[in-house]
Amino acid sequence: MFALAAGAIIVAMALVVGRAVRGPTVFDRALAGNSVGMLAILLLAVMGFLTGRPEFLDIGLVYGLLNLIGTLAVLRFFRRGDLAPDEPEQES
Amino acid sequence: MEPLIDIVSGVFVAAGAFFVLVGAIGLVRLPDLYTRIHGASVIDTAGAGLLIVGMMLQAGWSLVTLKLLFILGIFLFTLPVAGHALARAALREGLEPKLTHDRRAPAGDAPDAAEEA
Amino acid sequence: MELLISFALFTLLGVVTVAIVSQRNLVAVVILGSIYSFLIASVMVVLDAVDVALTEASVGAGISTVLLLAGLKLTRTRDYRGQDPNVVGALLAIAVGGALVWGSLVLPPFGAPDAPIHQHVAPRYIEGAGTEIGVPNIVTAVLADYRGFDTLGETTVVFVAGMAVLLLLRRSSLQSAPPSDDEQPAMSGDLVLRVGTKLILPFILLFALYVQFHGDYGPGGGFQAGVIAASAVILLGLTLGLRRARRIAPPALAHAMIPLGVLIFAGTGVATMLLGGDFLEYAVLAHEAKEGHHLGIMLVEAGVLVTVSGTMISLFYAFVERGR
Repeated sequence: MFALAAGAIIVAMALVVGRAVRGPTVFDRALAGNSVGMLAILLLAVMGFLTGRPEFLDIGLVYGLLNLIGTLAVLRFFRRGDLAPDEPEQES
Repeated sequence: MEPLIDIVSGVFVAAGAFFVLVGAIGLVRLPDLYTRIHGASVIDTAGAGLLIVGMMLQAGWSLVTLKLLFILGIFLFTLPVAGHALARAALREGLEPKLTHDRRAPAGDAPDAAEEA
Repeated sequence: MELLISFALFTLLGVVTVAIVSQRNLVAVVILGSIYSFLIASVMVVLDAVDVALTEASVGAGISTVLLLAGLKLTRTRDYRGQDPNVVGALLAIAVGGALVWGSLVLPPFGAPDAPIHQHVAPRYIEGAGTEIGVPNIVTAVLADYRGFDTLGETTVVFVAGMAVLLLLRRSSLQSAPPSDDEQPAMSGDLVLRVGTKLILPFILLFALYVQFHGDYGPGGGFQAGVIAASAVILLGLTLGLRRARRIAPPALAHAMIPLGVLIFAGTGVATMLLGGDFLEYAVLAHEAKEGHHLGIMLVEAGVLVTVSGTMISLFYAFVERGR
């Protein structure tokens, strides 16, 4: 069952990374970056159960906190800079 | 009792995995940033919540469960904050949401005058 | 199953790398870089290198993103203007890389149990960490005790790097504007962020302390804890404004912390010499050897914590202040 969950999380990661690569505006990418972090935490937790080593959870906690900071950093520096989407804001 | 816990946690984990997938598909397929934030939040609330509850059931009463609880707390806390900040920043920068019916127009305008694609 | 997961992660890494190289928008590259860090930290976890994964996650996903973005703001570039292809450079890189690969062919196969390090060094450390030092986390035992000298060097490197960046970025005190700026931080008026930050900050700091002291038993240690502590201050600066951050974590204190950590670390070594042992021979620090080892490890990890967090905080301040 955990193996199934791990597989699902990996597929989800692949999808989200795709959005990070494609997403027209920077906000899409920031969102994708945030979600990759969350998925990585989930993957770690599930892996911890699969391999019987729950120490991974400490790393998960760190990811969670730093994820937030990374996302906020993007937004903060964005506010002061110029808007830089790849194209003008028309969604593909 | 043991197999019952296994079955129940298995159900939770499967449901959690399902929602993780749904959220990710949403992130990819939904048309606009604001709706994509929705997709991400599905991953983090339903997906993560169910997965973590399933794992907590497996772990029983131990430090692992406590840490999982913390992780869940972080999830429920940070993604809404981040999503909120994202949406706010995007709106401030002028990223217009795709609406079929823009209700933000002041009361004097006719509704169809503010219709967007 | 683990093989499958590593395989999938590596594929994703490849995709992200290609995306980083082909992207022109530099902000996108920074975000992709943080995704890369998450992915590779996950790979490291799958490979059982948990301490490294923790460090990679803390540095690559949090601090690097912040500092790179600050650098982008300073240089005001947003797009990568491509350069003309550098054929000579490419050939040189291929030649050197090829030579390295060729040289590596004579090494023992990766992970072969009869490789020399697995015969002598590794068993010594694995057994010694239990009997001589009594610290469950072998990585910490090796880093802080068996190879403590290396770690002192690394801490000094962090110190030097921090100093160099500060020298480059800091204006002289005559020029620096008084901190009357940031009356409205970028996220001001945003109640959610402000309250959220205030709620979560104490936990981040507490968690940094946990990682620091729990490093003997689980993944952790001075480096990771220092980065996490610095991240707390950075979060403070990002959401509640620089003025507030400066009041709580004064830049002068951060600057002072950079050499202070090295001083603590090397000072421990000098103390052991004064007590009759060799440099960094922790056993002489207490009446019983194991106690001495524990004490020594705790002291040097504290030194690492102080230097690393001081450096990261100072870098953050330097980048952001320079941008005014």
